[in-house]
Amino acid sequence: MNALQILALEKVYTVGFWRKQPRRALHPLTLSVQEGEVFGFLGPNGAGKTTTLKMLMGLMYPTGGSAKIFGMDISDPRVKAQIGFLPEQPYFYDYLTANELLDYYAKLSGFTGGSVTAQERKARIQSMLERVGLSGSGNVQLRKFSKGMLQRVGIAQAILHDPKFVFLDEPMSGLDPIGRREVRDLIEQLKKEGKTVFFSTHILSDAETLCDRVAVINKGELRGVGSVAELTRNVQGRIEVAWHGNSVPPALKALTQEFSTAGEMCRAIVTEPQLDAAVDALRREQLRLISVTPVRSTLEEYFVQQTNSQANSQKRASA
Amino acid sequence: MSARVVPIATNTFREAVRDRVLYNLVAFAILMAGAAILVGQISINMERLVVINLGLAAVSLFGVVIAIFIGIGLVSKEIEKRTLYTVLSRPVRRWEFIVGKFLGLTGTLVVNSVCMAAGVYAALIYVSDHHQLLKPDAYVLVAVYFIVLQFVMVTSLALLFSSFSSPLLSAVFAFALFLIGSFSEDLRGFAAMSRGLAHWIVTGVAYLIPNFSALNVISSVAHGDPIAGKLVLANTAYALFYAAMALCGAVIIFERRNFK
Repeated sequence: MNALQILALEKVYTVGFWRKQPRRALHPLTLSVQEGEVFGFLGPNGAGKTTTLKMLMGLMYPTGGSAKIFGMDISDPRVKAQIGFLPEQPYFYDYLTANELLDYYAKLSGFTGGSVTAQERKARIQSMLERVGLSGSGNVQLRKFSKGMLQRVGIAQAILHDPKFVFLDEPMSGLDPIGRREVRDLIEQLKKEGKTVFFSTHILSDAETLCDRVAVINKGELRGVGSVAELTRNVQGRIEVAWHGNSVPPALKALTQEFSTAGEMCRAIVTEPQLDAAVDALRREQLRLISVTPVRSTLEEYFVQQTNSQANSQKRASA
Repeated sequence: MSARVVPIATNTFREAVRDRVLYNLVAFAILMAGAAILVGQISINMERLVVINLGLAAVSLFGVVIAIFIGIGLVSKEIEKRTLYTVLSRPVRRWEFIVGKFLGLTGTLVVNSVCMAAGVYAALIYVSDHHQLLKPDAYVLVAVYFIVLQFVMVTSLALLFSSFSSPLLSAVFAFALFLIGSFSEDLRGFAAMSRGLAHWIVTGVAYLIPNFSALNVISSVAHGDPIAGKLVLANTAYALFYAAMALCGAVIIFERRNFK
């Protein structure tokens, strides 16, 4: 089942005071996220990631298209009970303590009255603070929290009401390596619990490690959707050639500049069309070939290729 | 009432308290203590009049300043600091947010006014001959109630302006409207005297502007005049209707907003 189905969702702003001009922040966007999937929404700054998330959260109204979460339109208030949201660089009421803030959000999420006692709510808050590593800071006012601690509180409030679908906008932004690792672990835990996670990021290594599928967006336009393996398969392949010895044949030097030597083994990276010439060069010098391995393209290469190709095509169009 | 309005109102009240808004009570207490001591020495048989006039004018002034300056930030601060995002991404409707914010600030002003009313009564007891209250002093409570009704209207107007304009402009609009509204009886008098198209325009404006002068009975209470029950009912209905209309306007504008 689709946890999220976006159909031609778009956002156009009008800018200017007297002569209003349309400015397209998001071109019609169509994509879907499966239930239980960790989905990465990638793009450089200003690509339209936050705009998309804000429309899904009901903070902005789309100018076209529609989106459904668990089959319900995003304007349906019942959707909100099923989702958790961490905004980019979150800021919270700094006069509250972490306990008070989570208690406030718990009440707003319907975690109150009738079936839920104050004691149960307190226990839930305590377990959330433990989960994000803030168990000792529940009674500290948020104005005394560091950026990393605020991010953790942000994550705690997003998963406090046990939502089925968690949206995280740049969850690793501003965190130190340990903090990033903890957020990664948390996303993995959420996946194990069967939650669907949709997170936006421009840190590609995180997406590569965590995501079942990713979408790349640039300048408000979707550039590609698929698993990391699917997306990187299309990038022109490069091949690593390894041989025994410590010298590089001149013919190979003419083909590539990418060499490395470790002990009695040399390596060179060549492109697919150069492969035959590279192997021939080694044979002519009677060097012993050890391996020929395709170098797996990284998501970063795909990302750079997509963003550059769009920039180039726009330059060509304007010229 | 919706289950989400109460936590929003409570949080707004808590914010005001922790931002030391109620510290104005200290300034008020000093003012009343000073007035009570000074008035006893310089006026003869006018102590009650001066204390009620000064006390109730201070209750009104302090409260209006709080209603405007906190009221204009109720929504804009939440947008600017992006605290709104984590609230509206929950099962909270936008009207619930506005109503919760309004009730939270109104609650703060009620608590503030009750404490100030106690201060006025304390000063009255101090300046009276036998250190006891007189029967007409009960009407001071009615005057305070009318002042609270003014706060309800001012808060709703501040919320309305802040839902579409900057905090500075909202403050200017709300303050200007409070001043004009305090002289609305004069405007209605002018409307009655004018003729033709001017009559219709001025009458329209006079009825659109909040009638704060009808809610000002400080002078009557200071002179010991009774306040009719009919006036209490009419003023209550008027203030609540006006505030409800302003809040509806704020909700309609807020419902359409995109939070960039």
